Amino acid sequence: MQPGLYHILFISAALFFIGVYGFFTRRNLITMLMSIELILNSVNLNFIAFNKYLWPEKMDGLFFTVFIIAIAAAEAAVAIAIIINLYRSHHSIDVEQAEELKN
Amino acid sequence: MLTGSVIIFYLLAALTLACGLLSVTTRHIFRAAIYLLFSLIGIAGIYFWLQYEFIAAVQIVVYAGGIAVLIIFSIFLTQQAGDKLAAQTNQRKIFALLAVFCGFALTMLQVYQHEFYLSAFPTGSVSIHAIGEQMLNVDQSGYALPFEVISMLLLAAMIGCIVIALRIKNQTEENPPAIGNSES
Repeated sequence: MQPGLYHILFISAALFFIGVYGFFTRRNLITMLMSIELILNSVNLNFIAFNKYLWPEKMDGLFFTVFIIAIAAAEAAVAIAIIINLYRSHHSIDVEQAEELKN
Repeated sequence: MLTGSVIIFYLLAALTLACGLLSVTTRHIFRAAIYLLFSLIGIAGIYFWLQYEFIAAVQIVVYAGGIAVLIIFSIFLTQQAGDKLAAQTNQRKIFALLAVFCGFALTMLQVYQHEFYLSAFPTGSVSIHAIGEQMLNVDQSGYALPFEVISMLLLAAMIGCIVIALRIKNQTEENPPAIGNSES
């Protein structure tokens, strides 16, 4: 069967929910960050697939993907700075242990 | 019709999904990072397969080359080697699986019921020249303003990282640095 839009939408939906599963079950901040990266990648794949199969004469999906990748890079850098700082002060990066923000 | 292109597509899809699944289920955090790296490379392969070479290159440079390395370094800085992650309770796993399966089923149902107006002529690759021209264009279809906003965001993120990671002198353990002040 020739792969088309529906195949790529299937991959992207599966990847999205794999990321959601990781986000629900993981309790370590770095692995949660990795789940978020999977989710963002599935969104990018969706944008590219729609751009390719529905509006191939335009490039808007491509630009959204580029901007999402740039924002994801900034987000990952800030998140890892926060995680390393949290590890310095609490010696753990488990979300169950980092409850001081509640107060 | 099982041509080479179709086989490559299914191989890339299997690589992406299998590595993504292993990445969120393995209990070795370092292996999780490596599986994530291969999943990202699989996605870059799918971009190549779709003939979006520019996005595939950006994906490899930023994700596989940047974010994956950043994550591996932060694992080295925060974990003891050989440590396993704590096992999750079965109840949490079951509820997460239930939510994920319901969400996935609903999404796929919607996708397959929806009639997409597929374009008759999916074009081939987009030239780098056209991408650059539209990205820095200031008229109706250009993306010059988001480009500038992203550049400001990257600058702010860089300054924020430096401020967060700054170790303030003569500071006691009871008084960790304020994280929230770095956004301004």
